Amino acid sequence: MKARVFITLKNGVLDPQGKAIHHALDGLGFKGVNDVRAGKLIELDLADGTSDSDIEDMCRKLLANTVIENFRIERLEHA
Amino acid sequence: MKSAVIVFPGSNCDRDLAVALEQVTGRKPDMVWHRESDLPEGIDFIGVPGGFSYGDYLRSGAMAARSPVMQAVKEAAGRGVPVIGICNGFQVLTEAGLLPGALMRNARLSFVCRPVPLRVENSQSLFTSAYETGEQISLPVAHHDGNYQADEVTLDRLEGEGRVAFRYLDEVNGSARSIAGILNDSGNVLGLMPHPERVIEEAHGGTDGRRLFEGLLETVAA
Repeated sequence: MKARVFITLKNGVLDPQGKAIHHALDGLGFKGVNDVRAGKLIELDLADGTSDSDIEDMCRKLLANTVIENFRIERLEHA
Repeated sequence: MKSAVIVFPGSNCDRDLAVALEQVTGRKPDMVWHRESDLPEGIDFIGVPGGFSYGDYLRSGAMAARSPVMQAVKEAAGRGVPVIGICNGFQVLTEAGLLPGALMRNARLSFVCRPVPLRVENSQSLFTSAYETGEQISLPVAHHDGNYQADEVTLDRLEGEGRVAFRYLDEVNGSARSIAGILNDSGNVLGLMPHPERVIEEAHGGTDGRRLFEGLLETVAA
């Protein structure tokens, strides 16, 4: 069983990396980009039967820093 | 004073900190590897050094904060043993939950490496008793992730409780309220981005860092 964890900065937290990407896109002539936020994608290959709460535990204890980041879990049941 | 310096894979200021502690206290610190689950008996002081523990993977300090030795550091801090986290050590202490907030990528994305002017905001702590409140000192910084952030409620509490120990006088990294170093609620844990261990003798270009360790030695010995 596979799961994906998407980690994003909380709203209101300054994202210097996103800003730099935005600036570079602008420099390449891509107009009309209103904002850019950068995050992380972590793919987990898990034993069958791993529960949602196990994955949430992993996120809270290590994968995300909940002071500044949110996480979202997406299970890929038959991947 | 019997001190311990924690060493992670990727620490690179551990020896500087050991030299500084030996010069000030007259005793070599115990170097404690991250896989140890216990600290040596009778430790009076713990230093979590700068560097790039675990290559800064995932987030700066994230892996180190979950290593076995940090459980022992948390227990010691809970008993009131003074703990200092310098640079990457500060990141480790926030990740470990010993200090509030988080250290994010510098606002201008660049690695900052230079001496910076700081104001000592509270000289009543274990670590700052050799300074005057409001005094201006100079310590070097060398970091990429020193942008201190916490929610407004936490920042107000830190300010209100005198837990902002050092503040930048210049714009350095985008830190909220120019915070360079903070104390925990019991005052026995200090985290700061600047490197006091790098300005210990005149040949280093200054001795403003030495006084932090001297003040600590005096309060611990008292």
